[in-house]
Amino acid sequence: MKILVCITNVPDTTSRIAFINNDTEFDKSGIQYVIGPYDDFALARAVELKEELGGTVTALNVGEAYGDPVIRKALAIGADDAIRINSFPKDSFFVAKQIAEVVKKGGYDLVLMGRESSDFNGGQVHGMVGEMVGLPVVSPVMKLDIENGKAKIAREIDGGKEFLEVNLPFIAGCQEPIAEWKIPNMRGIMSARTKPLQVLEPVGDETRISLKKFSLPPEKGEVKMIDEDNVEELVQLLKNEAKVI
Amino acid sequence: MSVLVFVELAAGEVKGSSLEAISYGHALGLGEVTALVLGITDERKMTGLGKYGAQKVLYSDDPKLEKGIIQAYASVVAQVFDKVNASVLVFAKSSLGDPVAANVSVKLGASLASNVVELPETRNGFVVKRSIYTGKAFAEVEMQEDKKIIGIKKNAISLKEDGADASVEKVEIDLSDEDFQVQITSEEKASGEILLPEADVVVSGGRGMKGPENWHLIEDLAKSLGAATGCSKPVSDMDWRPHHEHVGQTGLKVAPSLYIAIGISGAIQHLAGVNSSKVIVVINKDAEAPFFKAADYGIVGDAFEVVPKLTEAIKALTN
Repeated sequence: MKILVCITNVPDTTSRIAFINNDTEFDKSGIQYVIGPYDDFALARAVELKEELGGTVTALNVGEAYGDPVIRKALAIGADDAIRINSFPKDSFFVAKQIAEVVKKGGYDLVLMGRESSDFNGGQVHGMVGEMVGLPVVSPVMKLDIENGKAKIAREIDGGKEFLEVNLPFIAGCQEPIAEWKIPNMRGIMSARTKPLQVLEPVGDETRISLKKFSLPPEKGEVKMIDEDNVEELVQLLKNEAKVI
Repeated sequence: MSVLVFVELAAGEVKGSSLEAISYGHALGLGEVTALVLGITDERKMTGLGKYGAQKVLYSDDPKLEKGIIQAYASVVAQVFDKVNASVLVFAKSSLGDPVAANVSVKLGASLASNVVELPETRNGFVVKRSIYTGKAFAEVEMQEDKKIIGIKKNAISLKEDGADASVEKVEIDLSDEDFQVQITSEEKASGEILLPEADVVVSGGRGMKGPENWHLIEDLAKSLGAATGCSKPVSDMDWRPHHEHVGQTGLKVAPSLYIAIGISGAIQHLAGVNSSKVIVVINKDAEAPFFKAADYGIVGDAFEVVPKLTEAIKALTN
């Protein structure tokens, strides 16, 4: 079983978001980078499947060298080797194209990634990769088991879940509770230092959208506190001031 | 030039978010708006889409398309896009719409932008504003290609409701076995509840509710408001509530007009799922709960006393 897990390198959820260069560039100063939270679920499930069925897990990141610590963390969690495509992830199409190239060459049985990145929240890359390489796509996957070359999947739908089956190989966008996040242990951290991390140059530079400018939402006003014995006042405010009921 | 809108059904009804997508498609002013309906609904509901801005409805009631299989839907949407000579496809963000649109964008060679929050700026190129960093920022992006796919976030536009009936026509589609490699075996769905991603009012409970046996308080308040119910991550992790109700960074991101959080402290991961709400009410017995800083209105008090009183006050107002 050869599994490819695509990971994003994103600011930790607690990060303060700010922009520089006339609001055209994300301000990386003081930012702690992490494996995208959804990708982290995909990675955890990939490592579990490897332990259960044998095989290898390759972690793939499209990004610049500042993402290497995050790739090392994926190796510490249990990936056997890693590939970094050495380029800023320009847009979803560009990233999908890079992943598709690796998928075509690699002969993977399973390609997992998060349902979306937590920076651009597009939720597009898995769908694009599937179409580019001609494999089925399933997303968002909340349960994934493999039996005799067939995957049994639970996919989240509005108000519930849907159960489906698909033959390997395929592409999955993952979310919880597919697996629990794994915290690397000391042995994992030590071994990650010597696991292979291959750096490849990108294929082409085609994009389909281009950034003009970033902006931040307006600051939230002060909270209006209401006495617990006066819920009627809250109802009046919601009706007459906020006009939401 | 024309606009195609991908319409989703839920239990035979057109989803509210798809109505927004139709109104958005109309407001683009880029020619005739065709709504594509896959699955089974009645004719009256389809002609009614005219009210929201569709001139034409194309549908397929092929039983193979009753369930949302990503490849099959993508194949159909791409075919119909060409058939109606569309230049823009509009869809509403959903767990089905996102991957379908991504597949279609590759088939068509189109620019794709999702989580779009307002109409495009077209004076200089075709620029849309999308929500990024889980609601904490926006990016204005130019869609370079001639063909464009826009995924809208809830409340990206107010509904237009004054159009005339739409014409309705069945569309012929070529489906291949390739499109049906994924087989849906069954589904588990709560019936009759208001869908959380679609809801205009959401009432959510956290650990402060002390256990699933107390959820009737949340449900009663939700019912009085016609609201959907949600929960925090610990509540879903402990199986007090199903995962599809989990609101937050790794759960659903909601954007209702009113979000009421009860017994939720307001961890940053939870806030990431609710920060696009118009108005936030927080009820928590801990005056120091960080959620109050993100709220518009707050009550410090015991949920078990405050919530039933609030439910009664809402009922008194609506009766």
